[in-house]
Amino acid sequence: MIDTAGPKAPAAARLLPRPDRRALVRGTIIVVLLLLALFALPPLMNGYYTVTMTQVAIYSIVTLGLGLLVGRVGLYSLGQIAVLIIGAWTGARLLFGTGQPFIVVMIEAGLVTMIIGSLITLPALRLRGLYLALITLMLAGAVTVIEATLNFPNGGGGFSGYNGSLVHIPQIRRPSFAGTDPAYYRFSVIVAIVMFLLVYVHLRARPGRAWASIRQSEAASLAAGISTTFYKLWAMALASFVTGVAGALLAGGDRYLYSIDFPIQNSITLLAVVLMGGVFSLAGAVIAAFLQSFLPAMLYQLWSVPYDWLLILFGVGVMQVLATAPGGIADQFPKDMKRLYRLIRRLVSRPAPASSSGTAPAKGGEAA
Amino acid sequence: MIEVKDLTVKYGGVTSLDGMSITFEAGTCGLIGPNGAGKTTFFNVLSGFVRQASGSVRGFGDDLLKLPHYRRARWGVRRTFQTEQAIEGLTVYDNVAMQHSPLRGAARRADVLGAIEFAGGGLSPDARVGSLGAGQRRLVEVARTLAGKPRLILLDEPAAGLPEEETTHLTSVIKSIPEKTGALVILVDHDMSLVSAVCETTAVLDFGKLIASGPTAAVLRDENVMRAYLGTAEVAT
Repeated sequence: MIDTAGPKAPAAARLLPRPDRRALVRGTIIVVLLLLALFALPPLMNGYYTVTMTQVAIYSIVTLGLGLLVGRVGLYSLGQIAVLIIGAWTGARLLFGTGQPFIVVMIEAGLVTMIIGSLITLPALRLRGLYLALITLMLAGAVTVIEATLNFPNGGGGFSGYNGSLVHIPQIRRPSFAGTDPAYYRFSVIVAIVMFLLVYVHLRARPGRAWASIRQSEAASLAAGISTTFYKLWAMALASFVTGVAGALLAGGDRYLYSIDFPIQNSITLLAVVLMGGVFSLAGAVIAAFLQSFLPAMLYQLWSVPYDWLLILFGVGVMQVLATAPGGIADQFPKDMKRLYRLIRRLVSRPAPASSSGTAPAKGGEAA
Repeated sequence: MIEVKDLTVKYGGVTSLDGMSITFEAGTCGLIGPNGAGKTTFFNVLSGFVRQASGSVRGFGDDLLKLPHYRRARWGVRRTFQTEQAIEGLTVYDNVAMQHSPLRGAARRADVLGAIEFAGGGLSPDARVGSLGAGQRRLVEVARTLAGKPRLILLDEPAAGLPEEETTHLTSVIKSIPEKTGALVILVDHDMSLVSAVCETTAVLDFGKLIASGPTAAVLRDENVMRAYLGTAEVAT
């Protein structure tokens, strides 16, 4: 008994997360931020910012999915807005057409989006880089065209659920416990947390390993017996699922859906903000959602800055990412803060600037 | 036992392997030859990255070339690459655990940790590969080939660019692989001291043709081999 238990013990102990100080600090920060977002923010925000922050929560799920594809697997998709449209459409149709609970509809919308999203991207999985981006952009274009013809459901009958009218249309329903805007904001944040956890669990397990290895070396993956097609499809399916859930959440958040709210160029800005936020970390997805939804709303509210100006800023930002900061803001910001901290510490610990320039080096020498 | 029969590979008009026939019995076998001789092409055929024009490879009775490439890893083909392919974003443990393995749960964890320990060199399972040096990355790659149930391990220039000390350690690791795993090891390297220290038998390729094979010491003294390496028509007597 003791003999067999002996050698196994270290193996089991190794897999338990060690109480690492950095992980502890990071975990505490995340929990505090989430508690602030859930409880401290809603009473402080007016109606405009409540709606905006709801958008941030919803879009953080979309950028989470896109970040997963770009950062973890190396699949550049420009078609995420189409995936979001499919999720929003399915969600709205089911909310109008059935009396199912909202959460059930969200999961169904996620599953439908997962199936459609994976099917239409299946042929594209043989492509990489620029060609994959092009194909997904074209697919997004096709979906946008179909959607513009079909229209979003607004309480009508039939398959499309469109009643042909733009006025006197019923609202898309919300869950009974999240009818008001602040309640729906909290609900969106919780759904986002669940989606982040879902992706996090994947990243920590075998799919995460497979994706990391596919991104760096398909040859090494194949040699290790990883079916690259299967795991790429898995990533596509997971990204489509979370984006579909976000779509249904968006339907309930906006209450009315119009084709004009989903322009195809949003696919490109989505990729831009995801790159700027940082594709290699989950925090990057949250930053990206702030860039996508919060920054334009805030700048418009404060100084009436039109959205088009931001496109220029995003262009510069992406160039910056490609040139100097491949990890995006999520990676660069802590580094810059550390550098700033060191700089300030050096300035503080240095002798008073009153001393003449002649003596300063000598003092520096003594200190060293 | 790996039986290679009339294996031919063509890239357009270039014949990279030309009717290669050889049987690798057991233990560690060397495969040497000048640059462009077809050594890596041979590995690429075995791991399924390159399709053969003709010929067959039977591994312990199974037709290897019929399997899709990721299935070959499940069968037991393992390999390392000329340019080392340890995955930077993962820990040492995950780099080894990414290898397909028939084992599950605790047995699998023990197997992975055992492979890392066997590779030695001060590898810590929790270390990020991005922070390791060249020698340790090579060891990670070697450890990966040992996970699961390997039957045929292909090592493509594992000692390339390593300093003397690390090569010595790698030599002892490679030497003990067949005994530990029961797998057949084929080693490609330009370092003749490594090849003669590790391999009982050695085969020599030149321009896609097998020009010699047999016990390592004898092969390295072979006239044709010296001619292929030194590029001289006459060998000084």
